[in-house]
Amino acid sequence: MSAQQVLFDAPGPKAIRLYRILAVVGVLIVAGALGWIGWRMWDRGQLTADKWSPFLDWSIWQNYYIPGFWDTARAALAAIVISMSLALLLAMGRMSDLAPLRWVTTVFVEFFRAVPVLIMMIFTFFFLSRQGWFPDNLNPFIATVTGLVLYNSSVLCEVIRNGVGSLPNGQREAGLSIGLSSSQTRRIILIPQALTAMLPTLVSQIIVIVKDTALGYIILYPELLTRARQLGSAEANVVPAYIVAAALFIVINYGLGRLAEAIEDRQRRRSRSAAKATGAAAMGGDTGGVAAGVGMHGKIGTGSTSGTAEEGY
Amino acid sequence: MKQHSPYRIAAVLAASALVLSACGSDDEGDGGDGDAGDAGNGATEGEASGDGLTIGIKFDQPGLGLQEGDEYSGMDVDVAVAVAEELGFAEEDITWREAPTPQRENLLTTNQVDMIFATYSITDARKEEVQFAGPYFVAGQDLLVTEDSDVSGLDDLDGRLLCSVTGSTSANNVQEEVPGVQLQEYGTYSECVEQLANGTIDALTTDDTILAGYAAQDQYAGQLRVLGEPFSEENYGVGLNKDSDQCEEINEILQGFWDDGTMETIIEENLGAANYTANPDLNPPAEIGGHCG
Amino acid sequence: MLELINDFNVLTAFWMTIRLALWSSLFALIIGTIVAIMRLSPVGVLQWAGAAYVTLLRNTPLTLIILFCSLGLWGQLGVEPASRTSDTFIVDLNFRLAVIGLAFYHAAFVTEAIRSGVNTIPVGQAEAARSVGLTFAQNLRYIILPQAFRGAITPLGNVLIALIKNTTVAVAIGVAEAAYALRNMIEFRPDVILLNFLIIAIGFVILTLPTGLAVSYLSQKLVVRR
Repeated sequence: MSAQQVLFDAPGPKAIRLYRILAVVGVLIVAGALGWIGWRMWDRGQLTADKWSPFLDWSIWQNYYIPGFWDTARAALAAIVISMSLALLLAMGRMSDLAPLRWVTTVFVEFFRAVPVLIMMIFTFFFLSRQGWFPDNLNPFIATVTGLVLYNSSVLCEVIRNGVGSLPNGQREAGLSIGLSSSQTRRIILIPQALTAMLPTLVSQIIVIVKDTALGYIILYPELLTRARQLGSAEANVVPAYIVAAALFIVINYGLGRLAEAIEDRQRRRSRSAAKATGAAAMGGDTGGVAAGVGMHGKIGTGSTSGTAEEGY
Repeated sequence: MKQHSPYRIAAVLAASALVLSACGSDDEGDGGDGDAGDAGNGATEGEASGDGLTIGIKFDQPGLGLQEGDEYSGMDVDVAVAVAEELGFAEEDITWREAPTPQRENLLTTNQVDMIFATYSITDARKEEVQFAGPYFVAGQDLLVTEDSDVSGLDDLDGRLLCSVTGSTSANNVQEEVPGVQLQEYGTYSECVEQLANGTIDALTTDDTILAGYAAQDQYAGQLRVLGEPFSEENYGVGLNKDSDQCEEINEILQGFWDDGTMETIIEENLGAANYTANPDLNPPAEIGGHCG
Repeated sequence: MLELINDFNVLTAFWMTIRLALWSSLFALIIGTIVAIMRLSPVGVLQWAGAAYVTLLRNTPLTLIILFCSLGLWGQLGVEPASRTSDTFIVDLNFRLAVIGLAFYHAAFVTEAIRSGVNTIPVGQAEAARSVGLTFAQNLRYIILPQAFRGAITPLGNVLIALIKNTTVAVAIGVAEAAYALRNMIEFRPDVILLNFLIIAIGFVILTLPTGLAVSYLSQKLVVRR
């Protein structure tokens, strides 16, 4: 947090006293809020051994949280892999020289970026249930993944496109001048560079996907949250079961977030030694969420703003 | 070749996506809980009959059909096991499948299960698609309230908070009767029960068996009671595919259970802790049968 | 199609979506700004609390947060932001609980957006402010935040668009918004399931597309030229 120092001078005796008071007030407010929550929950009998002792039992983890985790992971993994492949195709389509192909992919991308993931999941789920193409117990999985893929492939497509758009013009010109066609230039020179640069975004998009698998709860996909609900039903401790599920989600996503930051750091270090024209700069494109993610030198604040992929909340 | 590597990664990713989704369908096809029990009785998808018997139940209804690991318990489960035994299947031969409310007809018509015991009310609309053996039990929509509640009938609900799941017919019935009631909807009953137990809402409505199942849970002992004023008649039947020829046979088996007291025992074992007894006016069901074909 | 829209009160449902989005975005902006100031402040405890807030809220699924608002905030903590005597108690209550959940969740992203806006400001600005004797608060008030907001229009706009779409999650506690309408439509008119989907989907396109255009217009108009 050293870069922040530019916002304020080294505190004098009066300021130090003020900071101390503010710190105490802050601690009191946080502690007060936590204490109040604890007291209310105690009052409502949520903190009794009855409600929490099931979590000491290995079978609870074995029967609910671990299968729930695997189903979350499976849906997230399938979604990220399929989205990435589809996004690549969509990006090629959007940058194609064929106008009709451009139009179709543009409409696809803009439409599915605008429609909530949950709406797509609900629709796919009921649609598949009526069609009966797959065994019924597969439908929640397919619906969850479909909803995630339609949205995330559209988002990732735009990330790739922005990445290509922010490459220096010389890259494209060099490709053309050695006799490559414009589609060859894109395929061989531009997109590979954009892909490497988007690795941190990809990881933070995984966080979005992991969180969004929890929407599967509404269409009964047996992911972590649904399993927590089942556990709460069986052991009559709905609230503790959800609290544990929330903690698991936070740990998983926090870990992924740190991973994204680490990758970003490594790339920034690397691209600094090389010509630093490409690299992280690819992420800052016009519609991208990280408008300010570009070159942190000489800027206020703490550097990394990673974890905010475009629209990915 | 170096600049091609992102494509190679993409190709590998795409290939693994295919493999992954293929794996996904294998896993899921194995009787619906390849992830939970590893029971390993691999009834292949869409192929319900064969050596064993595939039965659809609720997985999340305490007292009726509840899955805990590879243990299944509840009234519907016990009735199903007893029926299967009479049909010549041991308990180990049964593959359990989850039969959520909106999917029950579909599971039967596509032969993904052989029969369904899942608080499955016999209605004319459903009889268009499937056939029913039974009824083996007559339940009624009722209210669940806290032990010290002053609610003694539907009329007391005026201006009170009622909880149910989204789109519940039971809640609709109450609202028609008592327009002044305020309805809180959640995705599942578990949330409602939690809110009822901590005194946030006043009553929960659905079939009295389901209510009794919650009230009978150890953790709620002495806290919740079923009102015992049913305002509808729900005839629980055994859902079967229209092509099944076992319907009449199951009717006789079910009749036998009422005659020899098996049903009473099962009800007492699963719901007795809630002081719940079957409505004596309607149980045993006046006529077991008549819904086949 | 008109018949479907009328039968299932689709317009009422979308009005609910819009109200959810407006109130939540207002509160999210306020909370997010406060947390952002905490993160930039010279007091270690406040920095830490702000960072913890962002980490916790950003990494929890929204479905869980909305459920906690109903089961936890209302059910456990007894926070009841509506009057029991009102005829529309449950409707008001669920609406407000959903607004609380949406606002607190998106506030974490607002904080990050503002921080990214702060990152666009050259260090010289803050140094100049300090050298003419502005305090931290004055520095924020007159120099940093005005530029940060203008630099953060695009990420803030993206948060707004995400928020509009995320209002659908309120269906988990029974708020009658667009996703709720879709579920009803599918249940009672399964014969026209694709049309049902398209009606709701196009409703969202109508809401989000102009928002997106307005955001990019504003971000160009308000950009701080350096």
